[in-house]
Amino acid sequence: MIFTLKVNGLDRQVDVDEDTPLLWVLRDDLELTGTKFGCGVAMCGACTVHVNDQPMRSCALPVSAVQGDITTIEAVAGPEAKAVQAAWVAHDVPQCGYCQSGQIMTAVALLREQPKPSDRDIDLAMNGNICRCATYLRIRSAIHDAAKSLEKGA
Amino acid sequence: MNAPLSRRAILQGGGALVIGFLMPMGIGRLAAQAPAANGPPPVDPNAFIRIAPDSTVTVLVKHIEFGQGPFTGLATLVADEMDADWAQMRAEHAPGDQKVYANLFMGMQGTGGSTAMANSYLQMRKAGALARWMLVQAAAKSWGVKPEQITIKAGVISGPGGKQGKFGEFIETARTLTPPQDVPLKDAGKFEFIGKDRSVGRVDSLDKTTGKADFSIDQWTPGTLTVVVAHSPRFGGAVASFDASKALAVSGVVAVKQIPSGVAVFATGTWPAIKGRKALTIKWDDSKAEARGTAQMAQAYLAKAKEPGIQAKATGDIEKALATPGATLVEADYVFPYLAHAPMEPLGGYIEWDGKTALARFGSQFPSFDQPAIAGVLGIPPEQVKVEPVLAGGSFGRRATGDAHLAVELAECVKAIGPGKKVRLTWTREDDIHGGYYRPLMVHRMRGAVKDGKIIAWSDTIVGQSFAVGGPMEKMMIRNGVDATMVEGSSEPPYKLPAFRCAATIEQSPVTTLWWRSVGHTHTGYAVETFVDRLLEAAGKDPVAGRLELMTDQPRAAAVLKAVAELAKWGEPVPAGRGRGVAVVESFNSFVAEIAEVSIGEDGEPKVHKVWAAVDCGIAVNPDIVRAQVEGGIGYAVGHILYGEVPLEAGKPTVSNFNNYRSLRIMEMPEVEVTILPSSAPPTGIGEPGVPPCGPAIANALARLGRERPTILPMVKSA
Repeated sequence: MIFTLKVNGLDRQVDVDEDTPLLWVLRDDLELTGTKFGCGVAMCGACTVHVNDQPMRSCALPVSAVQGDITTIEAVAGPEAKAVQAAWVAHDVPQCGYCQSGQIMTAVALLREQPKPSDRDIDLAMNGNICRCATYLRIRSAIHDAAKSLEKGA
Repeated sequence: MNAPLSRRAILQGGGALVIGFLMPMGIGRLAAQAPAANGPPPVDPNAFIRIAPDSTVTVLVKHIEFGQGPFTGLATLVADEMDADWAQMRAEHAPGDQKVYANLFMGMQGTGGSTAMANSYLQMRKAGALARWMLVQAAAKSWGVKPEQITIKAGVISGPGGKQGKFGEFIETARTLTPPQDVPLKDAGKFEFIGKDRSVGRVDSLDKTTGKADFSIDQWTPGTLTVVVAHSPRFGGAVASFDASKALAVSGVVAVKQIPSGVAVFATGTWPAIKGRKALTIKWDDSKAEARGTAQMAQAYLAKAKEPGIQAKATGDIEKALATPGATLVEADYVFPYLAHAPMEPLGGYIEWDGKTALARFGSQFPSFDQPAIAGVLGIPPEQVKVEPVLAGGSFGRRATGDAHLAVELAECVKAIGPGKKVRLTWTREDDIHGGYYRPLMVHRMRGAVKDGKIIAWSDTIVGQSFAVGGPMEKMMIRNGVDATMVEGSSEPPYKLPAFRCAATIEQSPVTTLWWRSVGHTHTGYAVETFVDRLLEAAGKDPVAGRLELMTDQPRAAAVLKAVAELAKWGEPVPAGRGRGVAVVESFNSFVAEIAEVSIGEDGEPKVHKVWAAVDCGIAVNPDIVRAQVEGGIGYAVGHILYGEVPLEAGKPTVSNFNNYRSLRIMEMPEVEVTILPSSAPPTGIGEPGVPPCGPAIANALARLGRERPTILPMVKSA
């Protein structure tokens, strides 16, 4: 079937089965490989993208069910994204790095909802994103730092 | 196509943009340190550094980067010796070429045993020093001054009369020079980056933050077919027959072929391949498959552990000491489960084959095994196979396989679909968790005796599978019937014990097993450190002071233990409801002591609040990467000690994905505080050594809370 999706601000047409998870449409058909496959069952968060600015697990979201604008790591923008990515680099958060696109997409969505999250808020928001390298402490510190820099910039 | 690189080839083959350095002498001397003294001489390694006209310096890293930091670490060594500016440094993977890029400790190209920094420390500094020498000579020649008048600071070359230039300006002149056989290395007192905390950031952080970093799963070219393989649900099972008609009816499925490891479904994309595989009907031949469950296996191993086993090491008369009249006898049977590594990126890779040559791009951890394995399957000479390692999304040991099974499967897939094709193989998470190559199921039967406040006897009998048996490293790993990686840590505990015995028995199973972050220490560290804690408790000794009394000839282990006790303020009151435990383990020539602070949560699960760690890994080239590895190692340890287990029932794994192979999540991550002991000793391992002391420290903390130290892992059994 032909589906028209709005991805990173552009209308894109793909011809795939309707049960195809958005993840594989993004990766295989649109060649947006920054979004990663980790589990296929929405248990690890590596595939997190934004749909209408909400973090969604693209591996368990059939393309036929997608409604709204999709944003991937390649195009995530705005002050929160900028602050989060800068903090990620400043803290050298990534180790293997494979889960980090998903971590960042979730963190950006958190800061948009909650500009000054507590440790507890961070843990709740990020608990669906597994990092097998266990970079969690740096993820937490980087989100706090991003929040601080957003506060200063505001 | 993969002929040894000559200096000339580098200079010409790389076009006008690159420069290479020849340094046979320095390397020759280093090679003498390698255990494989008769291995291939690491000649002509002039492709370690490339300088571009824009002055960027690219370090070709012979170790695969999967998070542990060799890209940054090896670039640090080169940058310091070259007096480069950190901003001009880059890193990329060296191609598979054992002649040039052998791991000097292994005599083959491979990453493992936490050796990346240890074996590259002098080699890469030497490469950097030679590069600097050539730039100095070239600048002197260009400016008509003496080399002694040239200085380099932060990537800027300066000469008399205010002359200044950057590296890229001198590569044409440097190209014409013949480098010396040896140049002196920088004095440690003059290091700008090595050992200087936060003097450099990771070279890969930015790409891993913007989605630009490419992993195995991101490798394909136009026209590439995606393939997934249906593997036997039981270990050792084989395809008896299959019906592909429904799979072939799935839109996007191109072909279905039987290969030695199962049934391969070829499709135009990942989803059709996965759907096609689901539609297969396969009859499996289980006649040679493992039929036992892990409960049965553990029981059988424990029974076996009552037999003497093959002695790895002994002192004194152990049975007599254990029977000492009036002594307190302490016994414990430990069971360690199968563990999957579950790297964040499941296995996979890309291969193209034209009938005569092949190119494979994937997270190859052992290019020296992967390249001939692919060649063997395709029936072409190894030199016709090009292996290009790429970033891997974690490994924890999983990608370092003696049998090169992933490379073999990759090659079998492309062979099955025919020459002139390109395929990318993707394992799903279920393939990964069911896929074996586990940390082996292991048991330890521990017996000890205490009398008059002293440990007088210690016996440790280990039973489990050896992943060395039948593999290419069997001769290196198994000596006199004992697999060194099964008993490491147990055969030489850091404690003075008057009567001591460590023995092991190797069991067989079709279940495939493999090293798993910190290898034998994953179980020996736990068994030894919880058992010594129990014995010290029986002896009425403090866990720290008691250990120190027994560490008479272990200054480095004792030093990290003292340091962690100081860091955590051991002995001072702890918050109500919490207990602390300590452990210290030497692994990969590094020493790590950890203290864990633990409580019992409302759900009855242990909650690890904080872990303090003291580390002696020789010179910490990048202190922040050392810290990151210890933080991550602690997280990896906590997750698996608490939750990790791949149980088998009738030979089949009962877990399959992160819903039931429970992984540590951010809420369960303890706070971590790391202190790195200053050292002038050569760098030793750090990717793995943070793991082993953590589990026993948690168990020993539970003992302070009135619980037993768990002997059957994981601590939290899933419902």
